[in-house]
Amino acid sequence: MNELIRAALVIARRDYTATVFSKTFLLFLIGPLFPIIFGFVFGSIGANVDKTARPVVAVIATDGERTALTAARNRLADRLGDGSLPLFRFVAPQRDAAAQVRHLLQNEDDATVAVLSGGLDEPVLAGPRGAINDLGGDVSLILDDARQHRLLGKAAPAPVELATRPVDRSAGDAAQGRILTARVGQLVLLMLTMILAGMLLSNLIEEKSNKVIEVLAAAVPIDAIFLGKLIAMLGMSLTGIAVWGGVAALGALAILPPGASLPLPAIGWPMFVLLGVVYFTASYLLLGALFLGIGAQASTVREVQTLSMPVTMGQLVVFAFASSAVGNPNSPMALAATVFPWSSPLVMLARAAQSAMLWPHLLAILWQALWVAVIIRVASRRFRVSVLKSRGARRSWFRRRESAREERT
Amino acid sequence: MHAFAIEARGLVKDFAGKRAVDGIDLAVPGGAIYGVLGPNGAGKTTTLRMLLGIIDPDAGTRTLLDETEPLKAARLVGYLPEERGLYPAMAAREAIAFMGALRGLPLAEGRRRAGELLEAHGLGDAAGRAIRTLSKGMAQTVQLLGTLVHKPRLIVLDEPFSGLDALNQGRLETLIRAQAAEGVTVLFSTHVIAHAERLCERIAIIADGRVRFEGGVQEARDRLRPQVRLGTRAESGPWRSALPPQAACGSDGLWHFELPDSGIEPLLKALIDGGAGIETLSIERPGLHDAFVAIAGEAVAARMDEPGALAA
Repeated sequence: MNELIRAALVIARRDYTATVFSKTFLLFLIGPLFPIIFGFVFGSIGANVDKTARPVVAVIATDGERTALTAARNRLADRLGDGSLPLFRFVAPQRDAAAQVRHLLQNEDDATVAVLSGGLDEPVLAGPRGAINDLGGDVSLILDDARQHRLLGKAAPAPVELATRPVDRSAGDAAQGRILTARVGQLVLLMLTMILAGMLLSNLIEEKSNKVIEVLAAAVPIDAIFLGKLIAMLGMSLTGIAVWGGVAALGALAILPPGASLPLPAIGWPMFVLLGVVYFTASYLLLGALFLGIGAQASTVREVQTLSMPVTMGQLVVFAFASSAVGNPNSPMALAATVFPWSSPLVMLARAAQSAMLWPHLLAILWQALWVAVIIRVASRRFRVSVLKSRGARRSWFRRRESAREERT
Repeated sequence: MHAFAIEARGLVKDFAGKRAVDGIDLAVPGGAIYGVLGPNGAGKTTTLRMLLGIIDPDAGTRTLLDETEPLKAARLVGYLPEERGLYPAMAAREAIAFMGALRGLPLAEGRRRAGELLEAHGLGDAAGRAIRTLSKGMAQTVQLLGTLVHKPRLIVLDEPFSGLDALNQGRLETLIRAQAAEGVTVLFSTHVIAHAERLCERIAIIADGRVRFEGGVQEARDRLRPQVRLGTRAESGPWRSALPPQAACGSDGLWHFELPDSGIEPLLKALIDGGAGIETLSIERPGLHDAFVAIAGEAVAARMDEPGALAA
């Protein structure tokens, strides 16, 4: 066993340094920045587009109606926010009202979505059916406010002054926050596991094409090669996660306003992070062993992609399975997802966000460790058979024992 | 301690239903230079891989430095595979130290020894260079040094001369002799007989997955009788009846035949008495190449004689 671990660490050290101290690893580290940068850029563009593309309603109104509607819209905008209300463009009434409405709707320069006519007493909103459905409620709200103020005049009550008394948390708010934490935790775990376990495949293909595998197999047990590669990639993954996590934490400190905090997981942040690392390790080893077993069957990158596709799809199904447990961790579906090895880490991380109990995690970690050992063993055998094209004569347990006895005597 | 560094009995290996190795027995004495000879596809590499524990035999047993599980002796073994394999981005010194570390040598010590070995083999300047920047011959030397860095007791080299120019082949022969002089057992496979003839004390000739000959180089040569070449002035005469029945006149105008069991003297007397007029007479001991061709050729011929061989 000691020799196995020693040999695995020699291989792990080589793989780790070869990967982490390469230029491509820098690219790997900054890789996640690209979607964030693109998201930010396209988000800004989207926001600008949104601002310029807000619906404009042409309002045919007299001066008095114009004053009343503008005041009503301003009062509501103070409470709801200006962005949530349609923009009004006032036009003076003409003799042929129907023709004026048609003209306004067809005039492409004005980009009018709908036309409001008929004043405050007989209002008519004309426009495409979708626009009417979207805007009808808001326009009615503004009209109602204008009519109430016209009726009450100075008797209209002043806007209410709502006194606020902030507290740190409420039960409903905390539950919502924990569900959010659970979902984000699951998503991050899935993404990291999929990206990093996939890297094992390319590493193995490189090894096979370099013919180094023969040198390794002559010197150390094949299980050590397998284990060494897993350890190296796990170390590399944790390095990446540490860097990304650090940058994310600094980014959060810089961006979030003072006093703001992320939703607190039920088990507390330190334990949640610790369990996150443990469940990532279990998830990574379970999936990584599977990918290594697959990589051993393939000899080209194309074969690897073909073979790994069903596993990737399966992983998405597992994610959906595990997601069903969020919010209802004791349902039969959630318990089944907890028992199934590949979904177990995802489900348990979500549970850590929602429940403060520790003992289920101890059980789950033991269960996952058992499966990690089984999967590594099985995948390692497949690895041996396919990488070295070696399958010795199958000997029963009884025959092996007999042979061992003969050797001793 | 056992007298043999390697012992194998009845090794069998099938690949996809085809028998690659069919009951091979080998015994490599400790400290010897031992050659495994055979034509391409004879089963040499598969045999070596089974001996080293890279693959398991379907049947048979093997003992490597007294270990029935070969990998348990890995720290005492150096192996150069037929398909050379190094990490292209690794520096030469690191590659050698890594190969030593795989076999239990501490990395720091491995780096120190790697530097010395590279210096001793004229590659001191290449110590820090990545493998991908080295010539093929230099890279092969680096890999060979990697098999020696941990000072093994047994070195197994699979087709070590393949891909080397004449100069490097000579250097490799010198290195093999030097290792043997230090008591290291060297086992190598080759299909180039000259190397085995110059280096080996014992050989095994493998063909079609079976050992066709196992013993000393001299024993292999002795399987063939000495060859006689005879040139005469007279084209015919009563002396012709004294020639052995298998004697044949070659394109060089000389008679070629094996030395008769009775020796050369009775033949000489008959040639002189018969008026042959001897112009040329030489008796040559067969080389290992002749023995190899005869032994491996017999095996191929025997296979062709098997029922259904032609149909296959």
